[in-house]
Amino acid sequence: MNIITAKGLNLHYGSFHALKNIDVDIPEKEITALIGPSGCGKSTFLKTLNRMNDMVQGVKITGEVIYHGEDIYANGMDVTVLRKNIGMVFQKPNPFPMSIYDNIAYGPRLHGNYKKSELNDLVERSLRGAAVWGEVKDRLKKSAMGLSGGQQQRLCIARALSVEPDVLLMDEPTSALDPASTMKIEELMSELKKNYTVVIVTHNMQQAARISDKTAFFLVGEMVEVGDTDDVFSMPKDKRTEDYITGRFG
Amino acid sequence: MKNRLSVKRRAYGTILKGFILLCAGITVMLLAILIGFIFYRGLGNITWELLTTARSALKNTIGILPNILYTLYIILTTLVIALPVGIGAAIYLNEYAANKRFVRVIEFATETLTGIPSIIYGLVGYLFFCQKLGLGSSILAGSLTLVIMTLPTIVRTTQEALKTVPDSYREGAVALGATKWYMIRTIILPSSLDGVVGGAILSIGRIVGESAALIFTAGTGYALVTHYLQALGTSGGSLSVALYVYAFEQGEFDVGFAIASILIIIVLIINFMTKFVKRKLKKV
Amino acid sequence: MKIKAVMEKTMSCLFFICGMVTIAAVITISVYMVLSGIPAIKEVGLSEFLFGQVWKSTAAEPQFGILPFILTSVYGTLGACLVGVPVGIMTAVFLAKIASTRVAATVNTAVELLAGIPSVVYGLIGMIVLVPAIMQLFQLKNGTSLLAAIIVLAVMILPSIISVSRTALMAVPKEYEEASYALGATKMETIFKVSIPAAKSGIAAGIVLGIGRAIGEAMAVMMVAGNVANMPGLFKSVTFLTTAIAKEMSYASGLQKQALYSIALVLFIFIMIINVILNAVLKRGDKR
Repeated sequence: MNIITAKGLNLHYGSFHALKNIDVDIPEKEITALIGPSGCGKSTFLKTLNRMNDMVQGVKITGEVIYHGEDIYANGMDVTVLRKNIGMVFQKPNPFPMSIYDNIAYGPRLHGNYKKSELNDLVERSLRGAAVWGEVKDRLKKSAMGLSGGQQQRLCIARALSVEPDVLLMDEPTSALDPASTMKIEELMSELKKNYTVVIVTHNMQQAARISDKTAFFLVGEMVEVGDTDDVFSMPKDKRTEDYITGRFG
Repeated sequence: MKNRLSVKRRAYGTILKGFILLCAGITVMLLAILIGFIFYRGLGNITWELLTTARSALKNTIGILPNILYTLYIILTTLVIALPVGIGAAIYLNEYAANKRFVRVIEFATETLTGIPSIIYGLVGYLFFCQKLGLGSSILAGSLTLVIMTLPTIVRTTQEALKTVPDSYREGAVALGATKWYMIRTIILPSSLDGVVGGAILSIGRIVGESAALIFTAGTGYALVTHYLQALGTSGGSLSVALYVYAFEQGEFDVGFAIASILIIIVLIINFMTKFVKRKLKKV
Repeated sequence: MKIKAVMEKTMSCLFFICGMVTIAAVITISVYMVLSGIPAIKEVGLSEFLFGQVWKSTAAEPQFGILPFILTSVYGTLGACLVGVPVGIMTAVFLAKIASTRVAATVNTAVELLAGIPSVVYGLIGMIVLVPAIMQLFQLKNGTSLLAAIIVLAVMILPSIISVSRTALMAVPKEYEEASYALGATKMETIFKVSIPAAKSGIAAGIVLGIGRAIGEAMAVMMVAGNVANMPGLFKSVTFLTTAIAKEMSYASGLQKQALYSIALVLFIFIMIINVILNAVLKRGDKR
């Protein structure tokens, strides 16, 4: 079952053609990795899935992105609801300068009315879902800025989970973290895919090979190849993919 | 999937945005009304006679030439003292001072000076310059008071300008064997010229607009004095002080509005010049 | 070469002296304030001075209670903030988050011009436009009032609040706002729930700056507030700490004059306390 499908997606930043005719399916409850060298458009593509590119000056998007049977770029689509269902975690952990509790409660408070007890449960569930509950449960009212980088990133994942999305977009979530935290988050992702669809942008090929089910290779705005991770890494169909994977350029 | 924002959230959003736009509109309207009204009531009253004569009891006319001159004298005297001292202090803070705590003390003192209201400057200026130093109610006393008042502005703007000079300039000069003072004189000061000039222009604006500090130190005199040194010892009202005296104490509203119009024109010129200087003297 | 060394030493000494001038000025001002302000307070008695409700400085049996002035200054400043702070912060939000670059530049110039207008000009407009308007609107015998002063002060503190708050809002890291949008928040929600709270110490600094300006303003207020030593009332002619000094300074003598210095001392201490709070607020903001 594909949860998101991009059809003929093109994106221009002013006169720069950043995404060229992207057609790809994102399968439900799997981890899809987007790989490619710097500037290839993988992050840009990720951001088209929750319309975060809308905020860039001079951006023009044509084509379709189908989610739950509807084109998210159609008129009348409300981005605030879209982003509730498709969450995002950024490369640099960006918790709000508030308490841990308020960070997690931010999303739910926006979207619905929760009683205090319901909110408490939601916060705990989200933090557990991000494998960080144990480390913060005694300091929920303290500022989130006091956590380590790895903890902050898991906090951001918990925050994304708090609004109960279907899909989690992760833009190089571990590139700013140390190896131990990276490992923790990779383990977390394997857990997450049981309940959520995960799309991850990574410049670390080994990471993509380790954790993803499906991999898409981007190059200069084009999606060159996509397929099951094992196939892409062991028997790439396109020479460019093979060159990238074997490290001939990067 | 529900794809509409809840009514409540949309309503809040519209109301808040409307409130924001309203407030911004109020701010702009205030300025427009202020300037518009002043010009409406005042521009017509700016006559050649007003600008070029002194008050005459004989002819029963009012002229503000003395006040214009006094304003110029005060600006000149204040800047002649405040610029070197202020620039010197900034140079000390940025180029010489080694002790971090001492720098913080001076910066704290400068901040404190900024927060002191002008009426207190007027009072202390009166007590110290007029009485203690025996200068009496005079342009000199007023200028000295304003020197202290404008010092923080000049120190701050000069400091910021000095900070933008790249360290590589300093290193290059020292590597060629220049002494510190030589380096400052030939490289750093010219590079920070735009900031210094900007600070001077800003200070002129503050001096022109100042009234409370001047009333008690430079007085409200309106005699025409064309000799600078003589004026230093005379009691003289600047344009702002004259506005207060004519409008509030003597009910000469037409004159008041005329002076107000002149003051607004000066503010506009100063605002324009500050931007102009920033653009023109900026060394890329 | 010796000349160079002497030159160098002289110049660095000169610069040091310049640096000391600011410290010397602060010390001198403080000393004069205290020395000239203490005598009348001693003579009148501290509690009688600070809490006495009657100020009759020129009567045969003079009384020097400055509570009316203190309360007027406090109410006037609070009133000015009540009006000026919301308008100021919202305008800052407009400039920092909503306006296009061109509109923002124009509005910003308007704010800078407002900041440069001399206080006597504000006083003039207040005197000619505001005071008669208040007199008509509220059917008063006389329009000079606390209300007039509050309105004038509110307008005068707008530029301070706007420029400092705008800087604080523009300094909020984009990442916070991105995170908020990614969670499905609207622009208004992001501004009010994330950007403004994140900028709160900068905004507070702007407000404290405005408070300092309001409480220290003399000339503009003098021209619209009536200058009668009443206990404050919105529609009554009132006297502030600043205008009390300004009004009587030119003709005061003896104990009356010393009492004016004492008022200045009280004002000075008020302002110092506000400055201390400002610094504390700023330091807390920097620590985050």
